[in-house]
Amino acid sequence: MNYFLQQMINGVTLGAIYGLIAIGYTMVYGIIGMINFAHGDIMMIGAFISLIAFLVVGALGVTAVPLALVLVLLGALVFTASYGWAVERVAYRRLRGSFKLAPLISAIGMSIVLQNMVQLVQGARVKPLQPIITGGIELSAAGSDYPVTLGWLQILIIVLTIALMAGFTFLIQRTSLGRAQRATEQDMGMANLLGINVDRVISMTFVMGAALAGVAGLMVTLYYGVVDFYIGFVAGMKAFTAAVLGGIGSLPGAMLGGLLIGLIEALWSGYGSIEYKDVAVFAVLILVLMFRPSGLLGKPEVEKV
Amino acid sequence: MAHASSSLPKALKDAFLAALVAALLALPMLGFRLADTAQGLELEPRLSWVPIAAAIVFAGRLALNLAAPWLAKWKDRAPAGKPKLILRPSRKPLYVGIAMAIAALVLPLTPFGDRNILDKATLVLIYVMLGWGLNIVVGLAGLLVLGYAAFYAVGAYAFAILAQVYGLTFWQCLPISGAMAAIFGLLVGFPVLRLRGDYLAIVTLGFGEIIRVILLNFASLTGGPNGISGVPRPSFFGMPMTPSSPNGTTFHEFFNIPFSPVQRIVLLYYVILLLALVTNMVSLRIRRLPAGRAWEALREDEIACRSLGINPTSSKLSAFALGTAFAGFAGCFFATRQGFISPESFTFLESAVILAIVVLGGMGSQTGVVLAAVLLVGLPEWFRDLAQYRMIAFGAAMVLIMLWRPKGLLAGRTPTIRLNKGDAI
Repeated sequence: MNYFLQQMINGVTLGAIYGLIAIGYTMVYGIIGMINFAHGDIMMIGAFISLIAFLVVGALGVTAVPLALVLVLLGALVFTASYGWAVERVAYRRLRGSFKLAPLISAIGMSIVLQNMVQLVQGARVKPLQPIITGGIELSAAGSDYPVTLGWLQILIIVLTIALMAGFTFLIQRTSLGRAQRATEQDMGMANLLGINVDRVISMTFVMGAALAGVAGLMVTLYYGVVDFYIGFVAGMKAFTAAVLGGIGSLPGAMLGGLLIGLIEALWSGYGSIEYKDVAVFAVLILVLMFRPSGLLGKPEVEKV
Repeated sequence: MAHASSSLPKALKDAFLAALVAALLALPMLGFRLADTAQGLELEPRLSWVPIAAAIVFAGRLALNLAAPWLAKWKDRAPAGKPKLILRPSRKPLYVGIAMAIAALVLPLTPFGDRNILDKATLVLIYVMLGWGLNIVVGLAGLLVLGYAAFYAVGAYAFAILAQVYGLTFWQCLPISGAMAAIFGLLVGFPVLRLRGDYLAIVTLGFGEIIRVILLNFASLTGGPNGISGVPRPSFFGMPMTPSSPNGTTFHEFFNIPFSPVQRIVLLYYVILLLALVTNMVSLRIRRLPAGRAWEALREDEIACRSLGINPTSSKLSAFALGTAFAGFAGCFFATRQGFISPESFTFLESAVILAIVVLGGMGSQTGVVLAAVLLVGLPEWFRDLAQYRMIAFGAAMVLIMLWRPKGLLAGRTPTIRLNKGDAI
């Protein structure tokens, strides 16, 4: 039972990270109907930026952990968001309205460029970071055989995710930018006619997705303690699976999907075989698409002539 | 870029903004280097790189802006003309194709055909064949598959395992490899082919990763990360290409010529050339059969096809099975050429390269595939010294060609039969 509880805690933490990445996929897909293949690599860039930011903040003499965290978080947000903006501007904007596969190919190319650029300028070796937030709450009763720990870091990740989700929901539901975005999602041409700057809205969508991916990158850096140029691919695939599982285009769906994928991965590693944990996630993706292509919370799509 | 202007002040301003963005992007990633030291990770500032990156972007953007009017002339233009039924598009590609095939056939006889060139040409031909195979699925049937390397792997491993366990030869395994890959294709395709285009892409990508993870972890059969070595070389009608053979005559004894290792390379070259040409022939001929017509029609409009009584599932399945069978053949050849296979050779990047060849070549265009394979696989082989920059250039080429010509280098999406749009209908 304790073992199960520990796996659940780990799964929810993982799920929070996947959910944050999944939002970027789901928003972009909702608005322009493309799979932003480079999104996982944006997360990887975010992880590198936060690693660098930690070292810069350390070099500047900031020793208080909360302050350092806030500074790194801001740095990761801003710089990763500008990467998201630049990727859209360079590789996708001109392909809007082109035939359907063109943006996907361009995105795959962008993903290769980002990965190899990072490998080139930062080296291919795995970059370690000393644990910054350690310790946690012992949840298990005294004398039990398997101690259950809820780490401070895990609490931080989950709380930060919830806060971001709340802020994000507010942004989408209540602000004029969110309204413009929902309008663009429903009907791009009509939104354009009604005076919404569609280009800007789409740019902002990428910026928001990338900012969340940057935070996810920071979390990955803190949680795993190692970063390399390849982490974006697998994490991106899992987050995409999460987005599809929750119903692509749906924001709560992305969060729910992320949570489920995190739990599946943690429980599979805990009880099944750790080598095949990626297989489990991909198998879930295939099964969902086969039996419920619109996902758990998505709207079924009607195909029309 | 769409609003790039040719007037100088505007172009300068635009380039300046681009350089500003580049500086912002470069600041964290280029401005600092994470260096591993004995004391752990340390930061190595190299802020001088940031203005350099910004300057490069400034110059590039300015040049692009100034060249925009000329570049615009190069863009695809829609064919104009009176409506007419085109039963056979131009014969020109046919002559180009025949000329290319003859050039490929005589290459080993020319002075250019030394060992090095033939080796590289063989590699390019593998990708040409894979590109043509995938072209059936992506170009003709319009099914986006991102896990093609998985079927390539199935073919390679089928041969390697059969050779290792049962001692079968290359020629015995060639059809088996193709059949195995096709069976896998059917197994995967059956449940997922009714999905929409981009979902299908992701599912096949997931499948490709599953295959790779299984190859890595099912060590008792596949050798795990160490792969399988000692895959047998092909023989020439049963005559091995070795200096001597314990059973039977070898190739050089039969023809009474001195033994040379180049002979094997030439044989490999001709085998893959033959396989590639067969792939090409099949996909060209099948376009004229009802099956091929149905694929092209499905690509253009699935709903219309359904109402005309074409069964989309079985049509797509047949295209998928045929395309994956060719991947299996190519995999079998790959295994015999390398003599060693491991999961490393069948990563997602491999699938991406093959797909890039098809799409960059212009989907459906057979000549375009050759061009793109030479460009993406052949050229980088010559610049091996720049291996670090190779992949960046490769990714950037994918993006740039898409931006410049979204329909591919040679846009070949012309249906075999077409009614030119006009006001007659």
